[in-house]
This record gives sequence, structure tokens and C-alpha cells, in this order.
Amino acid sequence: MKALLLRDLKLAFRSGGGFGLGLAFFLIVAVLVPFGVGPENDLLAKIAAGVLWLGALLACLLSLDRIFALDWEDGSLDLLATSPLPLEAVCGVKALAHWLTTGLPLTLAAPVLGLLLSLPETGYVWLVTSLALGTPALSVIGCFGAALTVGIKRGGLLLSLLVLPLYVPTLIFGAEVARRGTEGLAVSGPLALLAGISLAVIAVLPFVSALVLRINLR
Amino acid sequence: MIPDLGKYTATVLSAYGASIALLILLVWASLRASKKARQALEKVERKDG
Amino acid sequence: MASIWEYANPVKFMRLTDRVLPVVALGAAVCMVAGLIWGFFLTPDDFRQGSTVKIIYLHVPAALIAINAWFVMLVASLVWFIRRHHVSALVAKAAAPVGAVMTLIALITGAIWGEPMWGTWWVWDPRLTSFLILFLFYLGYIALWEAIESPDTAADLTAVLCLVGSVFAVLSRYAVNFWNQGLHQGASVLRAGAVTGSDTEEKVSNVFAVPLFVCIAGFVLLFLALVLLRTRTEIRKRRTAALIARERLV
Repeated sequence: MKALLLRDLKLAFRSGGGFGLGLAFFLIVAVLVPFGVGPENDLLAKIAAGVLWLGALLACLLSLDRIFALDWEDGSLDLLATSPLPLEAVCGVKALAHWLTTGLPLTLAAPVLGLLLSLPETGYVWLVTSLALGTPALSVIGCFGAALTVGIKRGGLLLSLLVLPLYVPTLIFGAEVARRGTEGLAVSGPLALLAGISLAVIAVLPFVSALVLRINLR
Repeated sequence: MIPDLGKYTATVLSAYGASIALLILLVWASLRASKKARQALEKVERKDG
Repeated sequence: MASIWEYANPVKFMRLTDRVLPVVALGAAVCMVAGLIWGFFLTPDDFRQGSTVKIIYLHVPAALIAINAWFVMLVASLVWFIRRHHVSALVAKAAAPVGAVMTLIALITGAIWGEPMWGTWWVWDPRLTSFLILFLFYLGYIALWEAIESPDTAADLTAVLCLVGSVFAVLSRYAVNFWNQGLHQGASVLRAGAVTGSDTEEKVSNVFAVPLFVCIAGFVLLFLALVLLRTRTEIRKRRTAALIARERLV
């Protein structure tokens, strides 16, 4: 299990891996938003939390198809399926590796980009908290989507179409936490719901992903 | 023939127009696919038997 | 004793629907034409909404079917999963485009209706937003069916997507409710003069209700007819493919 995790992490950090790509995309989104909506700091401060959440979500989406596609092509997925490691664990580890290489760096980079978008001071803690709680859910849900589309050539676009509607609840609660935190309102409600979604998704979806992979490998 | 719809004529008519157009499109597409599938099957079955 | 599962046999299904489909289609046509003509020509205007109230005869039935089509897909997917009846998987496949079109009709008529009533084509009201999300789910589901070549794999994967999607759709419904209240409490003010979904049924008087029920019956029958027709199409396609494959083997 550990070996698989290390292998996936190594692959991601190598050139052509998704590691730098997601971060760069996130940065570009944060830079482009002021060009799109105008440079007024008040306006930016108002939408900063939501924009950063959206940017993180899209950056997550970028590297999803890498979770299984490469292993599918070179056959290592078949090896993994026949290995003593249960496929459920493989899915969990894959999602974890994806989170470590995209979700975690995005969470850590968010405050810096918050600075660029003049996020109010009160917002930083909650932005980081909500991203830290929410991005694991994004990775696990994305892992399910990647498992669904693994056998399809050029499935990247389809993957986005399938995964984005599934991201709605996570995005709503995550952005809500960040927004309420920024405005100094109580955040416990959406925070609890966000954590609930993340935990439920982490507990259940790896099993579903494994089921889907087995169907695809049949 | 058309009842007096008052100031909302355009609204009501466009709603009906759009919906009925979509429904007709759906029914037409379904019928066409059905016809195509039937013909294809008949062709194959004729070749077989 | 004949059980319902007998009709999971494609041959029996085809034989049964051969007889049932014309009846259902005729019923759908009669009910829809009667209901819509009744609603459009013979009902009075609402004192507050004017003639826009006539849109209800399209909007409410379409919305009803939009949601229930997904339920049909959910049940059909479950049956496919548990009992592996191919007809069931094909019913789910057949229902999806119909549901998507109904969702689109509900959205479009809603937007056209909202323009004079609320002063805007679109508000991010929970109900509207959930329908938009439902539409996205339909699109994803249809796209997945189209993308996979092996029919059994496609049936399995779309069934899983339908189940997972259902959970997330319900979750989204609650999330959206929560989100909108969190954003602006005043959304209900906008809707005070509006008539949508369950608010209506209580308010609508008999003059409107009877043709509305006829329209709902018409839409239900139309949905049924279309699903049967499309399922038959899919069964024929399968049979054609199977025959061609057999020919190649010989």
C-alpha cells in the first residue's frame, strides 16, 4: 500500500505529472479573475472566497484523468487488480495520492492567492479550513469519475461532465464556509455539513470506484 | 380563434411554441430511430432466413 | 401464474408492447390535445397572473415527468443490478433522453413564465437551481451511455452512475436549499406572486385543476409511450447487432 502510494507520488512529481499543472492553473485563474471582473478591491474581496474555491475545484479536475488512465494503458491496473491488495484499497490510495499532489498544495497556496484577490483578513482561516476539509472529497469523487471513464478513449471531457454535477454539494458547502467566515458569520452549520460530506464520501466511494473498476476490467 | 391573452400574448405563445416544438422533436427523433432499427433488423433477418 | 418478471424476456416484452404501445400512444395524444386545448382556449385568466397562468399546463406536467423519469431510471437500474434483466437496463437508457427533454421544457417554460412574473428570466431559486443540476445529471448519464461500446459494461456503469447520481442529486437539492437561504433570505418574497410546483396545487382552483390533471395524464402517457417505443428500438438494435455478430462467427 505504501509502495503504491510512493510510486503514485513519484510519478506525479516527475515531469508530465499533474503536480505543477494544477497549481499553475490555480494561479492563472486567480490572476485572470481581476482582468475579467475589474480591479476594484471591494468587489474582489467579496468574491475572492468563491473564486478561489471554484479555481481549486477546476484545478482538481485537471489531473483527474491521470488517476487511472496511465495504469490502464500500460496494464499495471490489471496487475493491481490481481495483486493481494484489495481494489478498494487501491482506489483509496489513488485518491489519497491525488489529494496529496493537488488538493493539499492548492489548500496551502490558497492564502497567497487570497492576498492577490484582496481577501479580507477574517477569511483566511476559514478558506484554508474549508479547502482542507473539502478537497479530499473532490479527490475521492473524482477518483470515482476516473474509474467510470477509464476504458473510454479521450474520456477527459466526459469525465468533467460526469464529475462536475457531483461536485455541487461540496462546492456549495465549502464556498459557504469560506464566505461566511469572510463575513464574520457563524460557520458551524456548513462546516459540519462539509465535513459530513467528505467523511461519507471517503468512507463509501472507494468501494463504488472499485466496483466500477472491476466492471471495466471484465 | 386565439383567445385574448392580453399583454402576455408573446409570453404564453412562446412558452407553448417552445414546448410543443421540443416535444415534437423528441417524438420525431424517437420514431425515426425506431424505424431505422426496425429496418436494419429486417434486413439482417432476411439475409439470415 | 404469470409474474411481472416474464416481461423481462425481450420476446414477451415485444409481444406485449406490440399491443400496448398503440393504446398508450393514442391515450397520450388524446389527453395531451384535449388537456392543452382545454387549458389554452377554455380556461379563464388568473386575476393576478393574467393569461400567463396557461403556461401551467406545460410547466407542471413537464417538471413532474422530469423528476419521475429519473426515478424510473433509478428503479430500472436497480432491477438491472439485482436481476440482470437486459430490458430493464434498456428502459433506463430509453427514459433518459425523455427526462432530459422534459427537464428542458420545465426550465424553458419556467424562464418564460418568470420573465413577466418575477421580472427576470432566471433566479437562483433552490427549485430552479436543482432542475438545472438535474439536467446536467441527465446529460452526463446520456453521454456515458453513448461513450461505452460494450453494451453490458455500459449498462453496468450507467447503473452505478444513476445510483450514485441519485444520492448526489438529493444531496444537491438540500445543499442548494441551504445555500440560497444563506445567500438571500428574501427569495421567498420574489416567489410570493409566483406559482411553482407544490405551492400551486393548493392555490389552483378547480377551473384550472381539471385541465391540469388531464395534461398531467397526457404527459405521463406520452412518457410511457416514448419509453416503450425507445426500449423497443434498443431491443431491435441489440438483436441486429447480435445477428450480425453471429453471422461473422459462422
